[in-house]
Amino acid sequence: MIEAQDVSGHASVALTQPADAVVTLERVDKVFANGMRGLDPIDLTIRPREFVSLIGPSGCGKSTLLKLIANLIQPTGGTIRWWGGDFNGVGSAGRRLAFVFQDPTLMPWARVGANVRLPLELAGTPASQTGSRVAAALAHVGLTKYEQHFPRQLSGGMRMRASIARALVTDPDVLLMDEPFGALDEFTRNKLDDDLVRLSAERHLTTVFVTHSLYEAVFLSTRIVVMAAHPGRIFHEFIVDEPPARTDEFRTSDRFARQCRELSAILTEAAHASGNEETP
Amino acid sequence: MKADDPIVRGAAPVIVGVLVLALWEIGCRAGHVPSYLFPTPSEIATSLATQWPVLLHALWSTLLVTIEAFVISTVVGTLIAFVFVQSKLIEVSFFPYAVLAQVTPIVAVAPLIILLVKNTEISLTICATVIAIFPVISNTTIGLRSVDPGLLSYFRMNKASRLEILLRLRIPSALPYFLAGLRVSSGLALIGAVVAEFVAGTGGRSAGLAYQILQAGFQLDIPLMFAALLLIAVTGVILYLLMVALTRALLGNWHESAIAEER
Repeated sequence: MIEAQDVSGHASVALTQPADAVVTLERVDKVFANGMRGLDPIDLTIRPREFVSLIGPSGCGKSTLLKLIANLIQPTGGTIRWWGGDFNGVGSAGRRLAFVFQDPTLMPWARVGANVRLPLELAGTPASQTGSRVAAALAHVGLTKYEQHFPRQLSGGMRMRASIARALVTDPDVLLMDEPFGALDEFTRNKLDDDLVRLSAERHLTTVFVTHSLYEAVFLSTRIVVMAAHPGRIFHEFIVDEPPARTDEFRTSDRFARQCRELSAILTEAAHASGNEETP
Repeated sequence: MKADDPIVRGAAPVIVGVLVLALWEIGCRAGHVPSYLFPTPSEIATSLATQWPVLLHALWSTLLVTIEAFVISTVVGTLIAFVFVQSKLIEVSFFPYAVLAQVTPIVAVAPLIILLVKNTEISLTICATVIAIFPVISNTTIGLRSVDPGLLSYFRMNKASRLEILLRLRIPSALPYFLAGLRVSSGLALIGAVVAEFVAGTGGRSAGLAYQILQAGFQLDIPLMFAALLLIAVTGVILYLLMVALTRALLGNWHESAIAEER
């Protein structure tokens, strides 16, 4: 009935979502305190088990969008729903979010094990359960042997793995990742991408992933949201035509190369459609 | 010979010291310099040995004031820093007065404090505290504020309470700054104690090393003067080394400033 009243065709996209949507954004926009338009009104729905990448030129608001979904910042207008409700419902079983930052953001004074245990302790998990869960999370990312090491003793890639273990230890349903592998070399990045594909399947994760790399986006995603800048907005949605269980074979295939070319062309268009930097 | 070899690092300053003392001894003897002008190291050592009971008592007095001032500075300075970081308004309102206390020469303020406070030991401790407390306040305030913004977001996202953020994030982040503050403060506490003693000029039961230096000056007992000076210097070095050891014990595992270089 609401769709019938809607003539713009915008809101209907959001309002006709299946009931099991994980995150729904309706006409969500963000104007920063200095008057900069970070995001023009956006409609977006994230469904269970999706791997959605946000990609676009700098200033397109992809990180802002991710932070809105993480409730790290508040929208200027519009509504965000998590599992159909507000953010207070997030955190209970089956409705857990975990955020992985651009940097590993580990506590330098705490050993890897203590870093991974932190979210459990903050959530008040009984100490009797934390040990086995920390061990399991570290095993997932291949850091079992490094539980007693300090972050500074690890390489950049291993620190990022520890950061991912810290996210996994809370048994999240949704993983929000803000360019997590951006600072790593290509070899390490590919390795971690492979791990992420495996973990997403094993842990039935829904993932929203911000990246600069179109290759990484095609390799990982089931859906890619291409954004344009100034003001930030969704420019195009690209569905990756490939089953979610990706292997190294996909990375070297013609299917991969073709979709990278297509995405590249869309990104070029998005860059052209982007305005000049605003001066507030 | 490598400069970072631990044996070389330990031995080199000792060799330099022995050489300087030998030259000093030989120079004074060869030039027949009288001991009331410039005593030889052996005369200083003799004075140290013969006047040991008096000097030990004086050392204990000075040390007591130093330690009291240092402990008060650490505790009160840290508490003030905690209050400062609670609100920017409190900090901007009171920080100038902390600076004022720091920049006013203690020699100028000490007579007033000594006049107002009857008990000598208490007045000396107050003087020493006034100059020793500032590094603790300023360093700890900076430390409590310099929290990794990413980690702060992470704690907030995990619905951590203010107390949890303080205990698990702010205090560990502040620790390197706090310890650097203590290192400076321990030295200042000793300087403050000695300067206050000079101004107070108190003898009797609470006569410290500064008083011994003053007395030795009046009596032209220059070897005693040097012996007291030596004790003050050694005390300062020991305090410094204790702070270095504390820093290493608390930060050695993780902070760049305290990690032994791995090569």
